[in-house]
Amino acid sequence: MSLTNEQIKNALEAKFGTDVNTFEESFGMMSFHAPKDLNLKVLQFLFDDETLRFRFLTDITAVHYPDRVGEELAVVYHLHNMIDNVRLRFKVFTSIKDPKIFTATRLYESANWMERETYDFFGIDFVGHPNLIRILNVPEMDYFPMRKEFPLEDQTRIDKDDEMFGRGGKDDIVHP
Amino acid sequence: MLEQPNINLPEGSIEKTTNTLNLGPTHPATHGVFQNVLEMDGERVVSAVSTVGYIHRAFEKLAERRPYYQVTPLTDRLNYCSAPINNLGWHLTVEKLLGIEVPKRVDYLRVIVMELARIADHLICNSVVGVDSGAFSGFLYVMQYRELIYEIYEEVCGSRLTTNIGRIGGFERNFTGVAFQKIQKFLDEYPAVLKEFETLFTRNRIFMERTQGVGPISAERALNYGFTGPNLRAAGVDYDVRIANPYSSYQDFEFSIPVGTTGDTYDRFLVRNAEMWQSISIIRQAMEKLKDLPGDVFHADVPAYYLPEKDDVYTKMEALIYHFKIVMGETEILPGELYNAVEGANGELGFYLISDGGRSPYRLHFRRPCFIYYQAYPELIKGSMLSDAILCMSSLNLIAGELDA
Amino acid sequence: MTRPVQFNEKVKVVDIPEGYSGEGFYATSFDKAIGLARKNSIWPLPFATSCCGIEFMATMAATYDIARFGSERMGFTPRQCDLLMVMGTISKKMAPVLRQVYIQMAEPRWVMAVGACASSGGIFDTYSVLQGIDQVIPVDVYVPGCPPRPEGIIDGFMRIQDLVHNESLRRRHSDKYKELMNSYGIQ
Repeated sequence: MSLTNEQIKNALEAKFGTDVNTFEESFGMMSFHAPKDLNLKVLQFLFDDETLRFRFLTDITAVHYPDRVGEELAVVYHLHNMIDNVRLRFKVFTSIKDPKIFTATRLYESANWMERETYDFFGIDFVGHPNLIRILNVPEMDYFPMRKEFPLEDQTRIDKDDEMFGRGGKDDIVHP
Repeated sequence: MLEQPNINLPEGSIEKTTNTLNLGPTHPATHGVFQNVLEMDGERVVSAVSTVGYIHRAFEKLAERRPYYQVTPLTDRLNYCSAPINNLGWHLTVEKLLGIEVPKRVDYLRVIVMELARIADHLICNSVVGVDSGAFSGFLYVMQYRELIYEIYEEVCGSRLTTNIGRIGGFERNFTGVAFQKIQKFLDEYPAVLKEFETLFTRNRIFMERTQGVGPISAERALNYGFTGPNLRAAGVDYDVRIANPYSSYQDFEFSIPVGTTGDTYDRFLVRNAEMWQSISIIRQAMEKLKDLPGDVFHADVPAYYLPEKDDVYTKMEALIYHFKIVMGETEILPGELYNAVEGANGELGFYLISDGGRSPYRLHFRRPCFIYYQAYPELIKGSMLSDAILCMSSLNLIAGELDA
Repeated sequence: MTRPVQFNEKVKVVDIPEGYSGEGFYATSFDKAIGLARKNSIWPLPFATSCCGIEFMATMAATYDIARFGSERMGFTPRQCDLLMVMGTISKKMAPVLRQVYIQMAEPRWVMAVGACASSGGIFDTYSVLQGIDQVIPVDVYVPGCPPRPEGIIDGFMRIQDLVHNESLRRRHSDKYKELMNSYGIQ
């Protein structure tokens, strides 16, 4: 008897009520939203419950939605139940001014570096993380590059002639 | 900047303090750039702190700038030893998003290319484990066959290493007769070479002493650390994305998953060798199946996403419009969010793609297996000798491009 | 599987430099003799960071053997090597390490930038990638390609051999060289 998305949804709603919402199913994978204070409780519930058994953390990452004011940063967890072969995604939202989320490192060791990477790129402060410092960028960097407002290229280059690339120069429109 | 964990010297140590040894970013033997600062008690490792990011190239930010078909060269450079798997994984993700279904022949050709890439990656990993334990000749014997695989890639896509193979919807050109001849030559000659390689190493007294018991990990710890791929299978868990979420018609093939017991270096070596045998068998099956399919189909019929033939572009109106729309990035991409995984040579390579209907992805995240399992390295080498630490690192198959992306 | 032993009879012998010879002696200038000796025994330091490093492994292997050119031994310590081959993308985090390795090399030393990323940043025009290693160290030969074929790497190597052969013995003490080093901030 394999686990269906309906059963997962019912089990979650039975435990957390309306806190878990926005259940969507896209391409066979179900995803839902949860409030950020409950992220550890949801992860623990999905781990411990004997029918759900989501015991493998596939990925943690974040997305920046500048249009959702007050909830700009979303931390996305991908979980995998290897026994019944079901995948699940859930998102918690936090505001960009005070992005604090509880860390999942006590439950999953693999969350350690994944959260450091998310901090490095988006600036999300994982409360309780043993070593939250930058992992991929230079440690002296003072901004969070994956946020939408920052550009891709290094702005301090003086040797690149933008006119030759079809942009820059005094007559060109600057694209955001 | 580096965290200094609480360093306690183990029982029975004659030293007064620990030594700090920097296994710095510049390594002997081409492993890639990552740094390990080891605290040593004489010759034994007490603890380790790893630093990555020395080759961070900002792929995820780059992908937000480029249209979908231009993201493929970026995926090449993730696990550059087996670039076709990354390319085809990306194409499969985009095809899933757009709902494109490719014909069976394309699936079988993709399987051949991906299994060749898997063999190429495991070749390098196993022969480098040999080099690190002192046996250089295994590397030389086996690299010749990596050259043959490079020749096959050249026939298919024109490039040796960073292949950019295939397009969204299929391949850019049909496989020529020369390509099939080379694949057949590979299938005829490589098994004997692999057997010779195994005879040199598998029951070799010295190699066994050096690799057994080095860096073991139990299945529960491996799952908690997020291991996937040959490292997890060596620890005893038979999880393979090709069986769990089959893609590209893998369900039509018969192959088994080799599994180890203790998860140490010797098991990882054996699992990779066994996987190479399985890959050879899969390629044979694919070549058999290709004989029954019409030989001129090499892409799906999706003119909205796959560039039309050049002579059509110059003569027909619709082809011209499609060509223009694809190249200028004006095709309709459906908005959606998906996570798709393929079995890379190191484990589950995942692509988390959020599309908002625009020309380039809104957010693309690569779930890179190397990055996730490298966190376990300090636990794997705790208490072992320095030379064992080196062997453990090379048997984990750490590719720097995949660590940092 | 045994094969009959094959000997390579087509060995090309290098010509002796021009000089004055007589019975039992041969006189030439130092730089010709030293140039000849140095060029055929360059020990490279492969500073392989990414994909070009794998093409270098292919160059080192049996098919495109670089040992024919005298580089049988790859040194991995800068103190013993002549040629620093930088293969792969150098990010800003790695640049101080590269500079340190260059400073540790003993004169005479040459640098070869293999691949597009080492020459100019390559396809990665991003905030974290150094746009060319000539921002931090002086480079002698650039080999373009992404990755360059092993034949390309060997061609670059042969250009380095030309440079080594024709270098005057006083070059490293000349003012022009000192000025070049100062512009990089290297003593």
